[in-house]
Formats: sequence, structure tokens, C-alpha cells
Amino acid sequence: MTLIEAADVSKHFRARRGIFGDSGVVRAVDGVSFAIERGQTLGVVGESGCGKTTTAKLVLGLEEPTGGGIRFEGRDLRALDAAGRQHYRKSVQAVFQDPYASLNPRMRVSAIIAEPLLISEQPAAGDVRKRVLHLLDLVGVPGRSADLFPHEFSGGQRQRIAIARALASSPKLVVLDEPVSALDVSIRAQILNLLRDLQAQLGLSYLFIAHDLAAVAHMSHTIVVMYLGKIVERGEAGTLVSAPKHPYTEALFSAALPSSPDEQREEIVLTGEVPSPLRPPPGCHFHPRCPHAMDACRRQAPALAGVGGRFVACHLYSAAAS
Amino acid sequence: MSPRALLELDNLSTHYVSARGSRVVRAVEEVSLRVEAGETLGIVGESGSGKTTLALTILRLLPLAARVTSGRLLFEGEDLLTKSDAEMRRVRGKRIAMILQDPMASLNPLFTIGDQVAEPIRVHEGTARSAAWSRAGELLKAVRIPSPQTRLYQHPHEMSGGMRQRIVGAIGISCGPKLLIADEPTTSLDLTIQAQYLNLLRELQRAHGLALIFITHNLGIVAKMCDQLAVMYAGRVVESGPVKEVFRAPVHPYTRALLSSIPRMTDRCQRLAAIDGQPPDLAALPAGCAFAPRCPSAFDRCREAPPMFRPGDDRMARCWLAAAGADAGNGGAI
Repeated sequence: MTLIEAADVSKHFRARRGIFGDSGVVRAVDGVSFAIERGQTLGVVGESGCGKTTTAKLVLGLEEPTGGGIRFEGRDLRALDAAGRQHYRKSVQAVFQDPYASLNPRMRVSAIIAEPLLISEQPAAGDVRKRVLHLLDLVGVPGRSADLFPHEFSGGQRQRIAIARALASSPKLVVLDEPVSALDVSIRAQILNLLRDLQAQLGLSYLFIAHDLAAVAHMSHTIVVMYLGKIVERGEAGTLVSAPKHPYTEALFSAALPSSPDEQREEIVLTGEVPSPLRPPPGCHFHPRCPHAMDACRRQAPALAGVGGRFVACHLYSAAAS
Repeated sequence: MSPRALLELDNLSTHYVSARGSRVVRAVEEVSLRVEAGETLGIVGESGSGKTTLALTILRLLPLAARVTSGRLLFEGEDLLTKSDAEMRRVRGKRIAMILQDPMASLNPLFTIGDQVAEPIRVHEGTARSAAWSRAGELLKAVRIPSPQTRLYQHPHEMSGGMRQRIVGAIGISCGPKLLIADEPTTSLDLTIQAQYLNLLRELQRAHGLALIFITHNLGIVAKMCDQLAVMYAGRVVESGPVKEVFRAPVHPYTRALLSSIPRMTDRCQRLAAIDGQPPDLAALPAGCAFAPRCPSAFDRCREAPPMFRPGDDRMARCWLAAAGADAGNGGAI
């Protein structure tokens, strides 16, 4: 069952450079559609400037879309009344990249975790402590640390505390924005395992954003690949990873580092860099770097279309289809 | 093994000592490694494992609080630890160069790219400005900077992150060093730009016969780029050897755990084999093997610090488990 659905969502920012204007529009997210099922994970991959974080902010309600709409449990977010919005905020929580920056250094762990509880519901005084201890137990932090401050914990422990805080208001969806990239290698696996256990235990849905493709592949049921604000490919994680269709997806996954020196694979090295989102190339945004670019790619932006159980925005496939 | 390696660290230790001398952080402890000419060594470890201190020790760029307490540091047969500061200045940038993690922090925002790429050539070779600038133009071309002549007159803020990192690479190779030390050179780069940069480094290495030391926490970079691997844990090298052999058959439980804790594209559904606990505090190391508290195979003997064993040709491991069938190498002094 679908928990949240984004239909053709856009977020355009006005950009202004210099004193005399030279203004333009940055299409940070441009006509993006996806859905997250209950208890499942949607992974979002792409390079800096592709709109991953803006997508996360739209889902969290921190930004208002400039086009399209998001439906949560079947209800359009724009149509929600005050009570509905409060319910939504309680149901969608986030865990951020840097647990050194995301926990208030002047609050005790118990206060950090209790804060969303106190805001989203009015629990009885004795209840709060019990719930905080239960949440700490859930994320594997000993209960005796409830009265310590964040600086007394290591990075991995802090990220567990941040997860406990996200779970405090019993959310249905958790946005995970690079949740392990600030952590040490030996700690990452602990946190990824914890996130999977919590998903199974609590039936959570995740929006998982990360640079590390292997981590996204490991965590996700569905993967969305973004390039300059648009989705270039969307599909079931296993098949998308093993047989990418869009040339960008193909190049991105071939650029992922091997897991062993014996791993032999063909490497597609893209030339050039991601263009400025202020002046994206006409037609398909990827065409200047694409090894298969054709005439049509320079003129017309390809639409996301179904190709063998997957959605791909590429003229290579629309030509084959027509 | 040739009798003389390009770089040979012999039982090297670097400690940070607090002002009163009461607190000692053993950042690098009894490290022995060798790098042959033209070879790539990957040094892998988590934060606080001592890998950056090791690099700074090689270049003698340590902060005041640090002391090299033991060992020898042989580069082309000369002990760098006995050199004067003036002599070291002729080594750095000329014979050994370093690339740092953040290209924005390693370029001066006030000077043009041309000034910065030409600087080491002028300093080390006494070349005139115009000649050094034309060399700088060639170097930018070598690191694939489009329209290098224009770029020479621009400043770092006018470049993208990938270009800045390539410029830092150009500065690194400007005086034809024998050894290039790269400390997490690609962590700030996007994936497709990282792939470009790593391939560029490999080409430069082949073209100039450079030896490379890659300092990273990313085993994928090691798998892609390196010939030799040294794994550091709590200031010590716990395992070293040829990359392929170490990946195929890791000896030290830490290496084994590290390799199996990484998610892979291919087996998606399995649970990751996580390492419990956390890396120890270098100022309060446990007695014996520092990994023992987290080690799944720890036993009584681990309370005693293990020496370096040689489980195979070119392989070394600091673990009692490697003792079976291997002869101990005098407590690390190999």
C-alpha cells in the first residue's frame, strides 16, 4: 500500500547573481514522481546538485513545491488543515548526515529524545522517561546514558540517538539523508543493520539518500536516479543495479568502486562535469556527457517512460518504442 | 624484494605528548613498511588510526606536540629523520609531494592558478617566471584542464571541485617527485568525477614512474588503485601485503571484519557483518592487542601484544592467530 506519493513535483528557486540581476531560475527539482510503499525503502542516488536534498526537504514539508503535489496516505498535503499538518509532521521524521551537528550540545540525551514526544502529544510526566528509555533500548544505547550530553558519545552512538529522536513521535516515514557517510567504516554496518531491523520491527518506510551506491543498493526496494533535478531512471533496486538502462545510471554504477581487486568490469568514464543547474543544457540535460547522444537528445527532453518494468527517461528507448 | 626500497619505514613511532607530558597519544607505533619505485601502497584505517600522522611523519610536517620516538625513515637510502629543516625543504615538493583531502583548503584563494602551479618549479629549480608559467600551462594540460592558458590567469574560486583537485595534482607532480602521498584525495568529489580523477592519477603514475601512497578509509579505492595494502588500527599496522592476496585471504580478524562489513551491490539481502564496539582511545589503549576487545576470535594470549608474524611471502600480520605456521619476526623489526 502506498504511503506517500509525489506526482510531477517541482521546486524552482529564483536565483540572482551580481548586483545587476542576471537572474534565472534554478529547477532544483523538476517534475519528479515517485511513491513509497509502507514498510519499504526508496533509495535516491545522484551527484551533488541533482536535487536529492531538495526532494528530501519537499517530503519533510520544509519546502513548498512550486508545481505538482504530494499525497500522504491518500490526502494532498496542500489540502490539509492544521490538525492534518500536525499529524503529517509527526508521521514524517528525519535523520541527518552529521550527528555532531544535528544534536544540540547543551541538551541531555533524554531531553533531545523527549522533545518531539512533548511536542507531538501530551504524555503523562512519568510516561516520558519510560518512553525515552524504551527508545534508547530500541536503538541499542544503554539506558544509563539518558542523562549524558551528546559530546560524551562516539559518532556511531550519536547517530543512534538521532535515530531514537526520529522514532520518538512514532513516524511512518523516516527520511535518511546520508545517515552513515560521516561514520567510520566499522560503524557503518552497525547503523545500516539497525535501520533494517527497525524497519522490520516497526514497519517503517524510508527515503534513503546516499552517495554510496552499494549502501543504497543494500537498503532499498526501489531506486530513483536523479540528474540535474530530473529522474532519469526509476525501478526495482535489484534489477536496476544489475542492469541499468539509462546511460547515466550505467556510468554512475560503473564508476562505483569495486568491492575486491579481482572484480573485473567495464568502466564507463564520463567526460566533463555536471553542468550548472542555472544553465542546464537544452534537451536531455545529460546529452553533453552522454556517449550515446543523438540529434533528438539536443532538441527535446525525453519523458520518463516505462521500459520493461522500469521507468527510463532516454531517447534510446523511446526511439525503440516508437 | 630489491635490497633498497624507495621508501622504507623501520619501526617508526610518533607520539603526541601533552604540554605537561602527562598524556601520551601513541598515534603511530612501531610501523614498518616499504614502498618500491613506481608502486602504489594503500594505507587503510578508520579515523584516529594514525594514517595521517604517518603521512605527516614521512614529510616531517608534524605539529610541535608530536615526537618521533623511534625508528628510521629511509627515502632513497637517506634517513629523513636526520635531515635539517633546510634539507627537508628541498625534499618536500621536489622528491616527495603530497595531495590533501580538501582542494579548496590547499589552494591559496588570493593567487592565480599559474602562480601556484609555477611556485614549486621556481622555488626548487630556480626557473624564471615566464619559463615556469609555460611549464605550468603544460602541467594543466597534463591533468586535463580545458583551455589551460586561460585557466592560468584565473583564481581557485572560478574552478569546480574536480578541477581544483586536478590542479592540486598538477602542483604535486610539477617537480617530478619520486613519491606522491595522497591523503583521502577524492572524498570531496562526486562519483563520476572521482572515477575521472583516479584514472588520471594512474596515468600520471605510469607516465612519470611515480610511487603513490594512498591514505584512505575506502577499501574500494584500494581495490581499484593499489598494489600493496597496509591496514592500520590504533596506530599500528595490523596487516600488510599485496592487495589481491589480502582481499582474498585476510589474516588479521580486523581486516577480515572490515572486508565483510562493506555492503556489496551483488548480495543485497544479507545482513552486514558489523564489527561491535568502537575504535579505542589512543591515549588509553588496552593492554595487549588493541583490537582484542572487539575481536570475535580473541583468546587468552591476546592480553599480550602480538609481534609481526609473516604468514606468507610479503605478508605480515600482527595477530597471534597468524603465529601458527609462521615464524615471528622479532617484534615488528623486519
